[in-house]
Amino acid sequence: MNAIMKSPFAWLLKREYWESRRSFLRAQVIAAGVIIVLSILGVIVAEATRARWSGHIEMGGNGNLTEVLQNALSNNIDGLVRALDATMLMFGMLAAVVLFFVVFFYLLGALYDDRRDRSILFWKSLPVSDTATVLSKVVSAVIVAPLIAAAVVLAAYVVQQIVMSLWFAAHGLNPFPLLWAHVSPFSTWLHMLAMIPVNAVWALPTVGWLLLWSAVARSKPFLWAVAVPIVAGVLNFWVQLLGMPHVDVRFMWGDLVGRSLLSVMPGSWMAVYANAPDIARLANMDEANRHVGTYGMMYHAFATPEMWIGAIVGIALIAAATWFRRWRDEV
Amino acid sequence: MNVAAEAVAEHPASRPASGQDAVVHARGLTKRYKNAVALDGTDFEIGRGRIVGLIGPNGAGKTTALKAILGLTDFEGELSVLGMDPRRERPLLMREVCFIADVATLPRWIRVQEAIDFVAGVHPRFDRAKCERFLSRTKLTANQKVREMSKGMIVQLHLAIVMAIDARLLVLDEPTLGLDILYRKQFYQSLLEDYFDENKTILITTHQVEEVEHILTDLMFIRDGKIALSSTMEEMGARFSEVLVNADKVEAARALKPVDERAAVFGKSIFLYDSADPEQLAQLGEIKRPSVSDLFVAIMKGTYA
Repeated sequence: MNAIMKSPFAWLLKREYWESRRSFLRAQVIAAGVIIVLSILGVIVAEATRARWSGHIEMGGNGNLTEVLQNALSNNIDGLVRALDATMLMFGMLAAVVLFFVVFFYLLGALYDDRRDRSILFWKSLPVSDTATVLSKVVSAVIVAPLIAAAVVLAAYVVQQIVMSLWFAAHGLNPFPLLWAHVSPFSTWLHMLAMIPVNAVWALPTVGWLLLWSAVARSKPFLWAVAVPIVAGVLNFWVQLLGMPHVDVRFMWGDLVGRSLLSVMPGSWMAVYANAPDIARLANMDEANRHVGTYGMMYHAFATPEMWIGAIVGIALIAAATWFRRWRDEV
Repeated sequence: MNVAAEAVAEHPASRPASGQDAVVHARGLTKRYKNAVALDGTDFEIGRGRIVGLIGPNGAGKTTALKAILGLTDFEGELSVLGMDPRRERPLLMREVCFIADVATLPRWIRVQEAIDFVAGVHPRFDRAKCERFLSRTKLTANQKVREMSKGMIVQLHLAIVMAIDARLLVLDEPTLGLDILYRKQFYQSLLEDYFDENKTILITTHQVEEVEHILTDLMFIRDGKIALSSTMEEMGARFSEVLVNADKVEAARALKPVDERAAVFGKSIFLYDSADPEQLAQLGEIKRPSVSDLFVAIMKGTYA
């Protein structure tokens, strides 16, 4: 492990992290932090409301929150566990949305920003092949950034639970059996972790497409990367309206435009099941809903042609981006 | 090409023989862009342990030649750098070759410590202790980001990194452009004192010829994609002479076929000669060794015409 951490490739990954820690780490921490602050505010509001109620209104029992909580919780442990799963899921979904934007713009800048500020001349003065450079950016986008996001999700969940524990404890409730004794939310988290390789392979066409424009564009890689597929899609649609030979519209938008721009969205591979209800039925839907899919569902995605055709196209695009990185000589 | 340049290029001394010792060996090096020829089938050699100035007007092909040597661009013809083909063996070649292209190419987000860690991580010939020793002479601190540094400080950092790499060829492309005079002097001073030795070779392009003149061992003038003059500084001193001639001897001076003639004060003229007989010249007036910039101007005359 130590030897791996000291390999030149590991240093390339570290460099990517140093350059992008603002988006890889800080953006995730801020997003999760907002949720935690909101839940703390929720607790404060609940306490304030209780203080007013207990002054003026007689509630059931002694009118104290402890009993309300206790009754609600002990009568419905399954509901509680579902709520904990939902908490984990909420942090996960939020992280996924943040990750989509972070990775999208990271890739657009990955081979462009250093050409713009000419620091490419410094990177190219070191004995690092362009293939290794491009691969380090691919791995950062599809492995490193998602791992950081997953770590933040887990940390956010723990912080959130600590907040709730303190609140419960303040009311004399033992938080351990209520909040910490359930494996289910952590299993949800493991599902997210297990999904990273599926997301990674599925993301390759978008990764390749964005890197290609990042390596090629003289300016505004965003505009090129987004405008080219969308304009192509619109033109194709018009051609269809005119009744001339065209690419199937659903294939155009879903498999060409969608896969070239949106595949870096975690979990977007679930779209392959939209047309395959039998596979969806194979999955235990209850478990799927609670844990963002089942393992069977996740890894069944590798059995679909969409996954592999996309991966091959993505690898070809990444190879093209590497070629431009190597030979594009005006900076 | 004007007559003077042609005459100079044909001189036998303009092809220093370095044979197997050559660090860079180019034959028929050609690079065409869409509507211009940057390198026009040029030949040159750079020997080991030399400090070579590659000097030429804008657009003469200097940068293209450096890019070809560094494997940053494709080209036609034959080019070997330390026995390697820069197109095919670039990653391996860059273990032995360093370059500073322009000032301020360090990424603005990086910290001093990160830059050192990274180079130490990817470069097998980097000596961290040496780099830290160079940095300890500057005001740079480990946590400082490049974006917080002045141009001069960025160059200090870059130079400290590059000098700590045990490379065989160092390429400098306008390394001191936009620096103030203290940093510029310090830059070349450090290179000579702490870096250069007989196993290293330095290739410099710069517009500030006066500044590097005293450290160069070799000179190459490039013009219209071709090497117009390639000579050691000693040979150059032996070949070229400048004579300050009074108005009454101007005709006699012209008869000796000067490479260049320009006006000086008090009606006098300055004549530049290539391989003239020093005794004959002594009769015309005071003989001087021409500066690189005067020689450059004489040879490049007509370039912008």
